[in-house]
Amino acid sequence: MLRYIARRVLVMLPTLFLISLASFFIIQLPPGDFLTTYAAGMGAQDAIVAREHLAALEERYGLNQPFHVQYWQWISNIVCCGDFGQSFEWRRPVSSLIWDRLTLTMLLAVVSTLFMWFVAFLIGTYTAVRQYSIGDYFWTFVGFVGLAIPNFLLALVLMYISFRYFGQSVGGLFSPEYQNAPWSIGKLWDLFQHMWIPVIVIATAGAAGTIRIMRANLLDELHRPYTTTARAKGMQEWRLIAKYPVRLALNPFISTVGWTLPTLISGEIIVSVVLDLPTTGPLLLRALRSQDMYLAGSFILMLGVLTLIGTLLSDILLAWLDPRIQYDKVGSR
Amino acid sequence: MQAAVGADLAQDSLLSVRSLKTQFPVDQGLVKAVDGASFEIRRGSTLCVVGESGCGKSVTARSILQIVDRPGRVVGGEMLFRRRLRNGSALTGEEEIVDLAKLDPKGAEIRDIRGRDIAMIFQEPMTSLSPVHTIGDQIVEAVHVHENLSKAEAKDRAVDVLQRVGVPKPKQRFDSYPFQLSGGLRQRAMIAMALVCNPVLLIADEPTTALDVTTQAQILELMHELQADYGMAIMFITHDLGVVAEMADDVVVMYLGLAVERGDVRSIFHNPQHPYTRALLRSIPKLGLGARTGPRTRLDTIRGMVPDPYNRPAGCPFHNRCDEFMPGTCDRIVPPPIQFGDRREVRCLLHGGAEEDTR
Repeated sequence: MLRYIARRVLVMLPTLFLISLASFFIIQLPPGDFLTTYAAGMGAQDAIVAREHLAALEERYGLNQPFHVQYWQWISNIVCCGDFGQSFEWRRPVSSLIWDRLTLTMLLAVVSTLFMWFVAFLIGTYTAVRQYSIGDYFWTFVGFVGLAIPNFLLALVLMYISFRYFGQSVGGLFSPEYQNAPWSIGKLWDLFQHMWIPVIVIATAGAAGTIRIMRANLLDELHRPYTTTARAKGMQEWRLIAKYPVRLALNPFISTVGWTLPTLISGEIIVSVVLDLPTTGPLLLRALRSQDMYLAGSFILMLGVLTLIGTLLSDILLAWLDPRIQYDKVGSR
Repeated sequence: MQAAVGADLAQDSLLSVRSLKTQFPVDQGLVKAVDGASFEIRRGSTLCVVGESGCGKSVTARSILQIVDRPGRVVGGEMLFRRRLRNGSALTGEEEIVDLAKLDPKGAEIRDIRGRDIAMIFQEPMTSLSPVHTIGDQIVEAVHVHENLSKAEAKDRAVDVLQRVGVPKPKQRFDSYPFQLSGGLRQRAMIAMALVCNPVLLIADEPTTALDVTTQAQILELMHELQADYGMAIMFITHDLGVVAEMADDVVVMYLGLAVERGDVRSIFHNPQHPYTRALLRSIPKLGLGARTGPRTRLDTIRGMVPDPYNRPAGCPFHNRCDEFMPGTCDRIVPPPIQFGDRREVRCLLHGGAEEDTR
């Protein structure tokens, strides 16, 4: 197993290199760069000073250099000193900008993903075991409604409810008094009170699809002969369903871990904008629009890395869950 | 016990199935998979159930344990079973008679019988064992469901049974997954799982069909030995008449959910009464001197196919394939069971029953 993981990590390196190259290339594809946007914003008001200023900036950031030189500067700084470059727009190092928001994003994403899995898992199992019952139709209906309602609308409605009936401040993850306060029990509780809206909004969207996946998987497994074998042993119905078919229906669930990781960062941009959440989504959106090249590039690179890590994680999890999958014993059984 | 009934059961009889009806209400119509089958299983003996595919053998077996897949359900008949009474997990030596047909398929009472008094093994040892649990885990589970043993005791018991069914290195095999075993070993593990609670009746649903001939012979031999050791009765479902000749004490011939003929193995083979039984026996390929009736004779087959289950023929279910079809009688009257001699019964209008007219 360890050998397998080591080999996989090694193979990841060239993939990473290609991803970084591609992301840097894509960032530079749109005509112009941040300075063009910047100059357009400054307008004609003292054009001469601006031109000198711009030239200085261009020099400083190496924007007049050819592609490969720029790329080399960017990537070598990341690899050697973890320096992701400067954000033009925020005039701060990219890393400080990202890490700030990353913790909250991760927290929000992990909580809502777990919540979604929990809900989808229970409902999916129920609807499969009681296929075509009233309960099945009811929960399927609820799931599809959740899928059909646009996230931002649900976010607006929940925000209204929380403001109108619970008297909470609108949007964000913190009340104004805690916004810049250091971490404390009070702040944590405040975060908790604000978090349920985005968690519900994000989870309902994903739950519908996951319920259907779980239901379909489980329906396949429920009528397999080993279920009958377990029944013939005299096991209790719910216990045998949990031990055998549910266990086997989990595999496709696990495989999706790979692509949930990157959506932790990029996902739910619209919800984050509507709810004014201090997460990475809106930051990425803004960086892309203003051609804040190092910031956007770092994001995209990070998404690539997360995808790779996620895939590796789900492969390892699968091997751990399903003894039929043996990675390191290729061809010898 | 609400399901206990009066002693309406012969002393040597372990399970008496009477007019069993199991039906599947599906969208296309009502499938009467078992439609009035009757037979007896005697203590410690082997009953073979034979018939073509789709004639309700497996459903009959599953009906006994009330594990018919949804939407199937036992809708009528009786299944009187002589159950050993227990005080805790020790046998008291006394018995009571339970009607399995009256038990709730999800109830605790039938669950207590499943795996403990009546165990079952299945056709495909690969798909009938969970691929992601070790065989040890699956065997030990059967112990834990019924008996209050510690983990170590249950494991010892499982290893013992594995050894008994001829699994080499049972301690190591205990931790094997089904895909790591050969087909024969898998079926042995399956048998071990069924025997681990010492059942009085083992239902074997075509246990050798998926195996090659050599392995098949070994498994049959093993079942013979185990029956002698454990003293259990076996209900053996097969479509292989060679296996029947080797295993059976009694035989039930099933056709379209009906037990058309039953009796001891000798009289069934030497003196078959039902045209279907005769046709089945004629369709066995013969080797050796006796087979040389001509330079090249074609093997007899039964013409036609088992009818569509949604569209059962009226009267005798076999009439449209029968060589001795009597128009106006066989397609009108459902043949009543006709007894003759010891445990011998046939449902064919050739032997009478036509006078009693329609039911």
